[in-house]
Amino acid sequence: MLRYLVRKLVSLALSLLVASAVIFVSLEVVPGDPAAYMLGLNAQEDTLAALREELGLNKGPVARYFSWLTGMASGDFGTSYTYRTPVADMISDRLWISMPLALYALTLSVLIAFPAGIWAASQRGKPADLAVMGVTQLGVAIPNFWFAMLMVLIFAINLRWFSAGGFAGWDNGLLAGLKSLTLPAIALALPQASILTRVMRSALLDTLGEDYIRTARAKGLSRGQALRRHALRNAMIPVLTIIGLQFSFLMAGAIIIENVFFLPGLGQLVFKAISARDLIVVESVVMLLVFAVIVVNFAVDIAYAWVDPRLRGR
Amino acid sequence: MRAGLLLGLLLTVVFAGAALISLLWVPYDIEALDIANKIKAPSGAHPLGTDHFGRDILSMIMVGARTSIAVALVAVGIGMGLGVPLGLAAAAHRGSLLDEIIMRGNDLVFAFPSLLIAIMITAVFGPSALNAIIAIGIFNIPVFARLVRGAALSLWTRDFVLAARVAGKGAVRISWEHILPNLTNLLIVQGTIQFSLGILAEAGLSYVGLGAQPPIPSWGRMLADSQTMISFAPHMALFPGLAILLTVLGLNLLGDGLRDRLDPRLRRQAR
Repeated sequence: MLRYLVRKLVSLALSLLVASAVIFVSLEVVPGDPAAYMLGLNAQEDTLAALREELGLNKGPVARYFSWLTGMASGDFGTSYTYRTPVADMISDRLWISMPLALYALTLSVLIAFPAGIWAASQRGKPADLAVMGVTQLGVAIPNFWFAMLMVLIFAINLRWFSAGGFAGWDNGLLAGLKSLTLPAIALALPQASILTRVMRSALLDTLGEDYIRTARAKGLSRGQALRRHALRNAMIPVLTIIGLQFSFLMAGAIIIENVFFLPGLGQLVFKAISARDLIVVESVVMLLVFAVIVVNFAVDIAYAWVDPRLRGR
Repeated sequence: MRAGLLLGLLLTVVFAGAALISLLWVPYDIEALDIANKIKAPSGAHPLGTDHFGRDILSMIMVGARTSIAVALVAVGIGMGLGVPLGLAAAAHRGSLLDEIIMRGNDLVFAFPSLLIAIMITAVFGPSALNAIIAIGIFNIPVFARLVRGAALSLWTRDFVLAARVAGKGAVRISWEHILPNLTNLLIVQGTIQFSLGILAEAGLSYVGLGAQPPIPSWGRMLADSQTMISFAPHMALFPGLAILLTVLGLNLLGDGLRDRLDPRLRRQAR
């Protein structure tokens, strides 16, 4: 296990290094002179020189890359050119909306998918199974931001159960905050729950052919009991993998869904930064999201090597 | 499920047909603004109503289908064009440094959802439909590379490949003449699925303003425009969303149905 862990850690560090280099090159080397790009065509020469100085552009790209890396490692993401505030502060404010939103959606997705997948598998071929499969087929095909708009129309505008957008803030209590994230989280969770339900169902059906299930049935367990007690554990490996992969879709999806509900999260920050040509902010947000995706997938790798020792050798 | 395949085929033909017909004819000119008739609910003259500029929504959806299909199709082309050769090369040189580099590169691209690629491209070059194509296309590359590598690895152990090697054929010729033809079905099925994912991704990107720009109509853009008017003009939001939903549903059903038809061995997984 230790050797496996070390190997995975080395590959984690390499992935992060290469990913950060890709982001740096795309956003700081490709535009040529980032200062001129950020200030636009009518920039004064002395303003340009000042911004170049401020961004440290007088150094070569390699030196800049490493000072960017070491800065991030100590929590310094640079200073936003448009807002004149440290990017780290801007991100951490917004992270408190985007991150809970993604986790809320992940929780909902698991809470929906597990029972639905187990139920469908235990009712295989019967009307209940077909109904669940039909609904998930729709759930996979529906654009989640459109579903979000429909929910706003029904639950916020017509029924007035929720506010149509904005964020109540965590200062007004956990419940108020969660309430403003509920519709966005449902919209975000729907397609992921559909995918996860399908994976759960087919993983369970795959394990049902195994000998230990036959043994369990032979000692008198019903099909449902065998499924819950024995098949479920073994079906967890593909399910865990998919949950890990879904995290990146949830983070990216959160950025789009925030738009529907006017939530001041990372999405709003990054879109404003794009129109203001604030490359430093864009760079930091992208790096943060990629970092999150890589680390989560690393954690999933470790988790299932821990669950299933057979995978450690690979 | 035969019914699923038929329904999928029908929906796909309807939307592809709408896109093709829009090249020759649309009910109303979508560039002519008709402010007198703005935000009209569906009626005989405008079956799906009009938008805030008085444009006919049915015509907009027909032309928008073109944008969606073009973006998703080219993105699948990019994914296959680069992913398939990479996957074949990795399988042909299994365990080599090349294989390792290709697979690690795949993992790396997987860490960049197409939205993040689109954000980076847009931050530097500004928004356009081309950005959406590139972003979705890049995301498709590792999908095809992984699929092809996995399937090709098992083909490399087969007798007909051994026979070809004994006959003195090199890795490139074997991949091209013996491996690739056996992957056609798999590629058709995965291509259909990536096509439908591409349509969803394009809609999302143009919804947040990273895809096709006005005046090019796109379904995601139409939804973004309708958002502030949803309380008094729900039809503006309803129909473009339905168009996306039905197209994606159709392609998914088509993909599932084709998988069952083309490769009975895969039926087990299709459950």
